[in-house]
Amino acid sequence: MYDLYSFSKDIVDLILWIVCGILRTVLNINSFCDWLESDNVVGVLVYIIQAVVIFAAIFIVCLTMIWQERKTLGRIMDRRATQVGPLGYFQNLADGMKTMVKEIIIPDSADRMAYDWAVTIVIGTGVLLAGMVPLSDRFFLADYGTGLLIIFAIFSLAPFAILIAGWAQNNKYTLIGGMRACAQMISYEVPMLMILVATVLLAGSLNINDIVAAQQDSTWFFIPQILGLFTFLVAAVAEAERIPFDLPEAEAELVEGWQTEYGGMRWGLIMLGDYFRGYVAASLGVIMFFGGWDGPYLPPEIWFLIKVFIIFFGMIWVRGSLHRIRTDQILNIGWKRLLPLAILNLLVVVTLKVWGVY
Amino acid sequence: MAEMTVFLGPQHPFGHGLWTIKATLDGEVITDADPIIGYLHRGWEKECESRLFPQIIPMSSRLCYGSSLTWEHLYAKTAEELLGVEVPERAKYLRVIAIELCRIQSHLMWLAALGTDLGNLTVFLYAMRERELLLDLMVKLCGQRMTTNYPRIGGVRNDAPENYERDVLRVLKHLETKHKEQIDLNDNSSIFLSRMQDIGVVSKAEACNMGLVGPSMRASGVDFDVRRDDPYEVYDQFDYEVPVRKEGDAYARYSVRIEEMYQSAEIIRQAFKQMPEGPYRVKVPRAAPVGSHVARVEDPRGESLMWIVGDGGRTPYRLKVRSPNFVTLSLTKKLLLGYRLADLPAIMGSIDVCMGETDR
Repeated sequence: MYDLYSFSKDIVDLILWIVCGILRTVLNINSFCDWLESDNVVGVLVYIIQAVVIFAAIFIVCLTMIWQERKTLGRIMDRRATQVGPLGYFQNLADGMKTMVKEIIIPDSADRMAYDWAVTIVIGTGVLLAGMVPLSDRFFLADYGTGLLIIFAIFSLAPFAILIAGWAQNNKYTLIGGMRACAQMISYEVPMLMILVATVLLAGSLNINDIVAAQQDSTWFFIPQILGLFTFLVAAVAEAERIPFDLPEAEAELVEGWQTEYGGMRWGLIMLGDYFRGYVAASLGVIMFFGGWDGPYLPPEIWFLIKVFIIFFGMIWVRGSLHRIRTDQILNIGWKRLLPLAILNLLVVVTLKVWGVY
Repeated sequence: MAEMTVFLGPQHPFGHGLWTIKATLDGEVITDADPIIGYLHRGWEKECESRLFPQIIPMSSRLCYGSSLTWEHLYAKTAEELLGVEVPERAKYLRVIAIELCRIQSHLMWLAALGTDLGNLTVFLYAMRERELLLDLMVKLCGQRMTTNYPRIGGVRNDAPENYERDVLRVLKHLETKHKEQIDLNDNSSIFLSRMQDIGVVSKAEACNMGLVGPSMRASGVDFDVRRDDPYEVYDQFDYEVPVRKEGDAYARYSVRIEEMYQSAEIIRQAFKQMPEGPYRVKVPRAAPVGSHVARVEDPRGESLMWIVGDGGRTPYRLKVRSPNFVTLSLTKKLLLGYRLADLPAIMGSIDVCMGETDR
């Protein structure tokens, strides 16, 4: 199959052919060219090209999601949405420019090391996660056996970094925001993992390719796991820190929550990282319930993105129509509603599996 | 656990205006709360002492941009009663219409602010959209959106423009059908209910003892409205209900205000039906007699009082305003104690804070 690896290899071969051709014929450097064309170096170069292609693709997808959110919210709220560029698509680039040229203000009392590294971890895990989700069985960075489990593991790294970030800024609002984020994310990890267990039981594998293949063979998994689907969607909105679960950055009482003292491009990247996480949450929903890239006629990547955008539209819709929920209520929902539902979902799946339906 | 003191303000998204709550938190629970006000004090009352009587009318609208017309009317009414002027019948009806329009737009402004307090921008934008219609009506009537400068001592500035009744009724109809659907969006949302119910509870006795006024007081079960119980202008001519709730929580304050908007629409309808022809303004003396007078009206935020002392000259000797919000803010501690930090915007949003009139 002509996949991302072959594509990157072709590009690397082309570049090497040109570069080495020039070096050999014009400058007469042979040993360096031999080293450049050895298998190890080519392998590393192919990985770099792959990473760049994936990052560019995910970056464009996330910018499109921000644009989609702006436009849909504008429609829901009966107001004009962004108008910069064709269909308002360039607003994100304008915002990026704006945040980049802003003055960087770092509080004197902040713990510099934690201040810088915490936010790096938050953004880094977001980008890492986005890179680990395959768009199709031919457009991925790596095919790894632990699959979904490692994605969830990285997902749960962010709360620690957020707690540290809230502490490092030495501000009361950020501290409360960091505490809230930590409590919320940890309590919503658990139901999500229970649903992951059910999905893995159905598919018989943690590998994302295998999970999607299992759905192509039988049905999409939202049919046996209809309970799990709703539980997952609620938990995913909470994980992505979006309204109604955006307590950590509740602007009414906490100004901007744990991000209060981050300014300029740091803040811009945090916002972008939020959308990376939102993208991962939506695409996990697609992989676990809606057959991943399964679909007729269109290329699989397009199918995958269409489904991601539809799920993300649901998240935007929720944001447009609901109020923010309270701290104690959010934990109640997590532990007393979602966790039992997730376990019930697991029970249904186990029963189906024992009966041999799936 | 160690307690933490947080200064919410003076520039903070929860407070609609410049003021501070000094809150002591035990985790998320508020254990102490002190309001700190005075950031907007501009010596308004003292300034009035060096102004001619008619010059104080545009100054009154700067007391609160939400209920500007009510404050102008309160001043005009107090001054008239001090000067002993009889206002023509048509002017009274025009005033009632203007005041009630102002009440509706002030309540819509509050609803918008409550929406952002609870993290729902849609409510904010919908309420602002409807408010724009009412501001357009204000422009038609007074030529200004918010600082209206409409009432005069001895009447109103101008008669209602052509086709004004048609325009107003059209907006009211829109408000009662289309906007009602959006209010239902709030009322049918269990998240909204769970955020608003059982927080910031004030009992009837506490409301009476601590001097709570207006919609917040009626939400605690005190059935008192200046418009009905001490009628001024022509409020005794109309048939309307004063909404009262028993619960005394934030949701009760919310529903009282929402219901008041529809009752105001009812009053405006009746006022247009009964409005007589005739003059809308009379000549008034320039100098006040020696003596003092106090008057009260029902502001969108509660019962507001004004006291004017005349010394025979053309300027007031002393002018004193008693703002409804000044009283309400003294309840801050009572309202917040024992609730969570996340409840703070919801509770403070439900009492409709306006700092311009509080600090004066």
